[in-house]
Amino acid sequence: MKKKINGRTLLLFWLVLSVLFLTAVCIGGSFLDETARVTDFSRKNISPCIQYPFGTDWLGRDMFARTIRGLSISILIGVCAASVSAVAAFLLGVVSATMGKMADGIVTWLIDLVMGIPHMLLLILICVASGRGLKGVILGVALTHWTSLTRLIRGEVLQLKEQNYVKIAYKLGKGRWYVAMKHMAPQLFPQFVVGLVLLFPHAILHESGITFLGFGLSNEQPAIGIILSEAMKYLVTGKWWLALFPGIMLVLTVICFYTMGDSLRKLIDPASAHQ
Amino acid sequence: MSSSMGKTIGKNIIRMILLVIAVSIAAFTLMTLSPIDPLQANVGQAALGSMSQEQIAKLEEYWGVGQPPLQRYLAWAKDFFTGDMGVSLLYRQEVSKVIAVKLGNSMFLMVMAWVFSGILGFVLGAVAGMHRGRAADKIIRGYCLTVSSTPAFWIAMLLLIVFGVWLKVLPIGLSVPIGVEASGVTFLDRVRHAILPAVTLSITGISNIALHTREKMIDIMESDYVLFARARGESNWQIFKNHGFRNVIGPAMTLQFAAISEIFGGSVLVEQVFSYPGLGQAAVSAGLGSDLPLLMAITIISALFVFGGNLIANILYGVIDPRIRKGEKAV
Repeated sequence: MKKKINGRTLLLFWLVLSVLFLTAVCIGGSFLDETARVTDFSRKNISPCIQYPFGTDWLGRDMFARTIRGLSISILIGVCAASVSAVAAFLLGVVSATMGKMADGIVTWLIDLVMGIPHMLLLILICVASGRGLKGVILGVALTHWTSLTRLIRGEVLQLKEQNYVKIAYKLGKGRWYVAMKHMAPQLFPQFVVGLVLLFPHAILHESGITFLGFGLSNEQPAIGIILSEAMKYLVTGKWWLALFPGIMLVLTVICFYTMGDSLRKLIDPASAHQ
Repeated sequence: MSSSMGKTIGKNIIRMILLVIAVSIAAFTLMTLSPIDPLQANVGQAALGSMSQEQIAKLEEYWGVGQPPLQRYLAWAKDFFTGDMGVSLLYRQEVSKVIAVKLGNSMFLMVMAWVFSGILGFVLGAVAGMHRGRAADKIIRGYCLTVSSTPAFWIAMLLLIVFGVWLKVLPIGLSVPIGVEASGVTFLDRVRHAILPAVTLSITGISNIALHTREKMIDIMESDYVLFARARGESNWQIFKNHGFRNVIGPAMTLQFAAISEIFGGSVLVEQVFSYPGLGQAAVSAGLGSDLPLLMAITIISALFVFGGNLIANILYGVIDPRIRKGEKAV
């Protein structure tokens, strides 16, 4: 045996690393709020160096501070909106699987409806409906991300209902609440948590996309989409660092969320942890 | 094909029509909910201040301010059914004309990206699945996972920096060269301008289909019939041709038709970066400028594409998979 590291330990390592990175960005972002706003024309358009690792922009703002601050805003929005979405998905999924044919029909029809409009277009519509701004972004992301998780939860509950131990519990005279709490919840909860974490990257990607298009936050709040859309105006003049580093950080953030969700899933599911 | 197949298709079409109507109602409601005053957004506060009351009233009528929503919706729906999509408020042209031009531009790009990403994604996924755990698999999987966590518009920006600004081999934006008359634009010009946006869309489109094909392929490679085929001495290629392909192509195609929605969404972002005058860019300006007729038409057309894609996928599935044709469920 060459590899001594246990698969589970490795997963745990990645999980902890991702969580650390994300918390560092969030905490760093709240400290760098002031630094991110400082404009100083004596240091504008500096390409990356040791003092300003991400360079500075045309107003002399430190891009590193701006990126971290922007990411922390984006993470916050994404996490909030995705959590709302996930709770809605859980409720709808359970309702659809347990409340009879009618409810099931309505929920699946709603899913088809939301999935029928291209995601970005629906986000645009919702942002316009709520008058753009922060509210629009959060509403938009929350209202459009529940579909796939709802399907997952619905399928899971439908399967659980067919399990023998659930049927036996009913036959033994246990109440609905007892079965739901004792037999269903322990199965559903891990699925839900993993689904929730895996919603975050989607939410953040869409949040950055919609702010990039100009539907989201105002220019004073440097969300990552705003930073990138501002950078785009200066691309042609060769200021590549304005786009490169914030983008890399965004990708890293999203990857961290994916790793988090993936390692959580594998850790919870004992069968796949040792593959 | 049996009558049960026809029945399913008929059912699907009715469902699709109902969904499109629902989409139009939902989109219309969202647009009317908007607190953005179209006059302020498009004419501007300063210009409004200097206008007479009559002019403002005229403009209000033009942008549909103050009419009850239900009445507006019914009027809009009646016109839409007779083929009249209304007049775009921003472009001051008939919506059908605006859409025809923009859709043409977008289709050029999206079809290229869709076909390319579909084929390449399928091949990469199949290769990765058949060589599970080896170098090829690791590279392909790594690529897919990285790309699926990368926003499409950022990839577009990187490509723009490299090919447009540094190497200067491809144009920076638009669908045709600037300053050339419409008749002077050659097909090659159009292709040159569509390359970068199409490549961006393809790069992002590959990952989904490749990952799913890989999963399916792994399942198939672990099946008993493949083990038996190996025991008979079939080569990798024979196994793929005889056992893998038919089993994998069905799900892959369903997925690729379902991905139309993704490509549509991606094109909104990518067209924005390349200022490519397609449907996505029109949607963004319609959204920012509260151009209700145009945004409605774009929403409905894209919904038609998405539902149409799903329908085709369902039908194709029946053609490929004999089990479904006979009304059984796929395993």
